Amino acid sequence: MLRGRRRMECTLDAQSLISISLRKIHSSRTQRGGIKLHKNLLVSYVLRNARQLYLSERYAELYRRQQHYPDGAPLLAMPACPPPAAAAPPELAALPLPADTQDREARSCAAARGGAELLEVPVCAAPPELQRAPCRDSSPGFYRAAGSAGPGGGGGGSAPPGLLYATGCDFGSGGAPHCSSRTTVLDLDTHVVTTVENGYLHQDCCSQCPCCCQPAPGLASPPPTPGTKRKYYPGQEEEEEGVEEGEPGGGGVAGGPPFAPCTKRARFEEYSAEHPQDSSNISNLISIFGSGFTGLVSRQQADSEQPLNGQLCSKQALASLGAWTRAIVAF
Amino acid sequence: MAGVAGGGGGGGSNDFQWCFSQVKGAIDEDVAEVLKHLDLLYTLQRYFISVLFTADIISTVEFNYSGDLLATGDKGGRVVIFQREQENKSRPHSRGEYNVYSTFQSHEPEFDYLKSLEIEEKINKIRWLPQQNAAHFLLSTNDKTIKLWKISERDKRAEGYNLKDEDGRLRDPFRITALRVPILKPMDLMVEASPRRIFANAHTYHINSISVNSDHETYLSADDLRINLWHLEITDRSFNIVDIKPANMEELTEVITAAEFHPHHCNVFVYSSSKGTIRLCDMRSSALCDRHSKFFEEPEDPSSRSFFSEIISSISDVKFSHSGRYMMTRDYLSVKVWDLNMENRPVETYQVHEYLRSKLCSLYENDCIFDKFECCWNGSDSAIMTGSYNNFFRMFDRNTRRDITLEASRESSKPRAILKPRKVCTGGKRKKDEISVDSLDFNKKILHTAWHPMENIIAVAATNNLYIFQDKIN
Repeated sequence: MLRGRRRMECTLDAQSLISISLRKIHSSRTQRGGIKLHKNLLVSYVLRNARQLYLSERYAELYRRQQHYPDGAPLLAMPACPPPAAAAPPELAALPLPADTQDREARSCAAARGGAELLEVPVCAAPPELQRAPCRDSSPGFYRAAGSAGPGGGGGGSAPPGLLYATGCDFGSGGAPHCSSRTTVLDLDTHVVTTVENGYLHQDCCSQCPCCCQPAPGLASPPPTPGTKRKYYPGQEEEEEGVEEGEPGGGGVAGGPPFAPCTKRARFEEYSAEHPQDSSNISNLISIFGSGFTGLVSRQQADSEQPLNGQLCSKQALASLGAWTRAIVAF
Repeated sequence: MAGVAGGGGGGGSNDFQWCFSQVKGAIDEDVAEVLKHLDLLYTLQRYFISVLFTADIISTVEFNYSGDLLATGDKGGRVVIFQREQENKSRPHSRGEYNVYSTFQSHEPEFDYLKSLEIEEKINKIRWLPQQNAAHFLLSTNDKTIKLWKISERDKRAEGYNLKDEDGRLRDPFRITALRVPILKPMDLMVEASPRRIFANAHTYHINSISVNSDHETYLSADDLRINLWHLEITDRSFNIVDIKPANMEELTEVITAAEFHPHHCNVFVYSSSKGTIRLCDMRSSALCDRHSKFFEEPEDPSSRSFFSEIISSISDVKFSHSGRYMMTRDYLSVKVWDLNMENRPVETYQVHEYLRSKLCSLYENDCIFDKFECCWNGSDSAIMTGSYNNFFRMFDRNTRRDITLEASRESSKPRAILKPRKVCTGGKRKKDEISVDSLDFNKKILHTAWHPMENIIAVAATNNLYIFQDKIN
């Protein structure tokens, strides 16, 4: 059972739990007698729990690494499964109950990003100002401004809209931010990043999810230019079909039109207000499963009709974070 | 074929207490004492050897109010009713033996064209109506449709019709020269089942419970999100009394898992949820009972939280005690007895198979964690029973807090064989006759059990076999 094992194995189990759960939901659609609402609801709870633990693991790991690299130098290849995070905050170790996940989800966005990526993942954990400054190194995997910001946004002090950066400020143990005057959160449902700094808001758009941030055509694997933050996402090479998302302009269209939602979605919001779950902005499970799991299975696998690959599937599932904020819905 | 029948001891109805409470001494001695009073009556195998094995899986078991009839429903939509043999001087040992009384096809598979789904014919629940005349009535339900069946006996037939011959051929009216009055002649007993009412199209989701009201005129049916109230005579409409469907289905967090009317108060019913809560509703307070009168919930122990906490806290069955003072709920690992006057925690909790707590991950993988176990009271509410895996079932004596694990297996199914108690080894050295958790067969599960309303006779459904056990008083 999971509780007795080391944290690393817990994370692995979380991944396999997620893939098992997805498989169950998928197979329930073809079972005789129709979809069992009760069973699918319970499976969705397991999914949510596994995801929360998984994200908290990644989050804690990234935090731990940031402790080692406070100057914001990017991490080298992040293993897909981080070693046990000794510094995992207790509240993250415990599985949070659904009611209080909002903030936690927001703070764990960087972990989510880290967790969602197969290859190198940088975490620029420095405060926003530093991150807006040119990054010193140019190794691949910078966070790239999505959408209209483009890779050429380059250095300079002003952050192009849509810049993405880690919420390093939120990595404090127990949730206390590093920078007491600044807190950054990412809303996982709308992918809106909000920074509160000395009383006024910065609003940036974050579109980590590969499903919602496809590269613009012609921009596939562009070389990182110095000073830009680049977002890396696993779908870049495989070009998986995006998950349909409920929100307008939510992108996620299968390999299709370039995604430029960030500017559309950049808007100011109050930091403290837990904004109501706008159903149109939520990538809910209905839409995911309504799309026949295309968003969760890579095209290669779908073609070869292999059973869902646990690793890949779950990572992509984790990447589509907004989907898991709700219990599954049937009909 | 019917299995070997062993005679019961014919214990009188006065002495129907388990011996749990009367024995003193060491645990093993207690169990041995108990065992002397447990007698395997016989094993009954399903009549129909179906090509599809699954069609024979028993999905519900229910005694009627007198205990003389025992109904089972199976996954193939069939209902088989057993009747207890009356005392017969020529066959003194057959007293208490249950034999097949009637068999009929209650539900057929259907297809919902609008939603493109097949509706399973599996019988989810059977509930008897109190007997009011010579015929017997029961309600049987699948996922969508409830049917009222009348089971009646016919032991006479009319002979001497004017317009037709004895073999049924019509007579030429011109050949009839005399009129005669048909007379009734005895015939071999025939038991007929006929559907008297069909209550359909009232449930969008899968029906999980039906419960007959103490007024004997109404009954409720519950699906995942709604509970409807019916009148037994009226099939074209029902009243919705509980609706927990959220306006936005994305906000769904729980479903209804079971519902039951109070045995004496015809205005009171309870329903359990997948979140481990029970709501008691009073139909006098409002037409729509979305607001509960009482809310029963035990606070979760945060230290035992796991990935599967939500699943194992989901209540699979709720049953009022015969007295109406208590109710019992079954979740995946335990049975809880609640006092209706105390909402914040149960008065008794019994661990059914706590050793499975460390196996939840594999049980999730093989779907066993979703098994819905039922539970039942004995006639005096002094004992409760529920099933487990490996064809084990568990009984708990509420007074002495003793419990016993028994196995329903063909190997030990000799007539009058005394059942041996079973024990699962949870760790450390395995004693002789103990079974380790890892060798449990999770395909052999006992989900449905029933206890005779007055005597110590129990019916245990193990996949497609029905076991009936009776205690034997020397």
